[in-house]
Amino acid sequence: MAEDPITGIVCPIRLDYTITPGRAQTRFLRGLESGKLLGQRCPATGKVYMPPRGSSPTHGLPTTEEVEVADRGTVTTFCVVNLQFASTVREIPYVCAQILLDGADIPFFFVVQEVDVNEIRMGMRVEAVWKDPSEWGPTLENILFFKPTGEADASRESYKEHV
Amino acid sequence: MRDVAVVSFAQAPNLRSDRERNEVEIVMPVVREALDSVGLEQSDIGFTVSGSCDYLTGVPFSFVMALDAVGAWPPIEESHVEMDGAWALYEAWVRLQHGDIDAALIYSFGKTSLTDLDKVMSCQLDPYTLMPLWPGAISLAGLQASAMLAAGTVSEADMAAVASHSREAAQGTPEIPEAEGPADVDDLLSRPRVAHPLREHDIAPATDGAAAIVLVAGDRAAEVCDKPAWISGIDHRVDTHAPGNRDLTTCPSARMAGERADVGRSHIEVAEVYAPFSHQELLLASELGLGDGVDVNPSGGALAGHTFMVAGLARIGEAARRIHDGTATRVLGHATAGPCLQQNLVCVMEAAR
Repeated sequence: MAEDPITGIVCPIRLDYTITPGRAQTRFLRGLESGKLLGQRCPATGKVYMPPRGSSPTHGLPTTEEVEVADRGTVTTFCVVNLQFASTVREIPYVCAQILLDGADIPFFFVVQEVDVNEIRMGMRVEAVWKDPSEWGPTLENILFFKPTGEADASRESYKEHV
Repeated sequence: MRDVAVVSFAQAPNLRSDRERNEVEIVMPVVREALDSVGLEQSDIGFTVSGSCDYLTGVPFSFVMALDAVGAWPPIEESHVEMDGAWALYEAWVRLQHGDIDAALIYSFGKTSLTDLDKVMSCQLDPYTLMPLWPGAISLAGLQASAMLAAGTVSEADMAAVASHSREAAQGTPEIPEAEGPADVDDLLSRPRVAHPLREHDIAPATDGAAAIVLVAGDRAAEVCDKPAWISGIDHRVDTHAPGNRDLTTCPSARMAGERADVGRSHIEVAEVYAPFSHQELLLASELGLGDGVDVNPSGGALAGHTFMVAGLARIGEAARRIHDGTATRVLGHATAGPCLQQNLVCVMEAAR
């Protein structure tokens, strides 16, 4: 009598990591503890990177100058999420957007809420909604989400380099 | 073949745990030093290639983020190998043979302190029958050392002598600031075993670090460097993936790579071989035909400080450095990958073009 063929095996794999953020990201995370968003400036171009990783990616130079950027900015592009991922607890549909914070030269990925998914658009002005300061830690989770400010849309000219 | 030379080499200190810096912060000064020492800018580089392992970082595509250290604007021609930087150097050497570019930058990095290197290395084994048993690199190397001891090709005293030399050579160097202090062979042999028959001194300590090399082809090499280390032979070969199907007392792929790189054509003065276990240095010396009169691992080698993904590229760099400083005229750099010296790369460099 033929036995059933073995068509698969289960091999659990687990690797544990202790991540160390490095000098630049440490300064960024310390800033978040007090509600500040700290970017870093490229010494060659003056562009401000946020979040910073310690180097100017275009020039490979250390970014040593800290620059505080605003917690509000402009949506450069977005997507409406209609799928429930296992790792998320948000109700669908919701909006993920690239947000160019005022004072930064690179957009930053975040969730936008308190907006009708049919209303989200490029150029929309948004601001961070923070947790209560008593709950702040060295983490971006201090920001719950971004929401529309109600300001007039930013001109395409102001963010076209980042689209 | 087009003449290609190693014209510069830089490496970060190999530290047991570089807690302060992320990968980009470790790589950036090394790349800068390698370029500055030969007066080149990123814009002079026709091809940039790196070697690293995402399993070390625990982040998919972490090598893309490391490009932040290079200055990739305007867009550069770039590649990556999920291997030691020595294989990235091989790709750059092949790329330079195309003839349309003259300079290539190679860098590699490894931050082994983030996780357990022994476990990471289990993940490179056959995923169906071997990897689920989680045999670490140290355990597999112990089986290899046992086989070599049983065959009589090495003794425990020979292995301790390798470790003793490595510690003495690395002592006080900026490259391995945390090298273990020198110890005599009898003292080492009195210490307990870690994974039979290996003792602590037989096993390289895992370290964090980075290295970079610049290759330049043709006459341009002599313009940027007083004493280029011309690559006269380079080759890499692979033994079977299954350690159980190999005679671990031999290493045919290292032997073949050495023959193809023409190691035996004339005397090698300095050989830097990537041996993270003491017995492996002896096996490699035998397979590569490195007899008396060859200075093996004068840097202390990977046994003194083992930055995974970097140690092979650093061996080529350390060997080339001896041509750059005029203390040698024919040298060898070796790199390995896989369990128990499964894959081997040999790069012979000479002062004469």
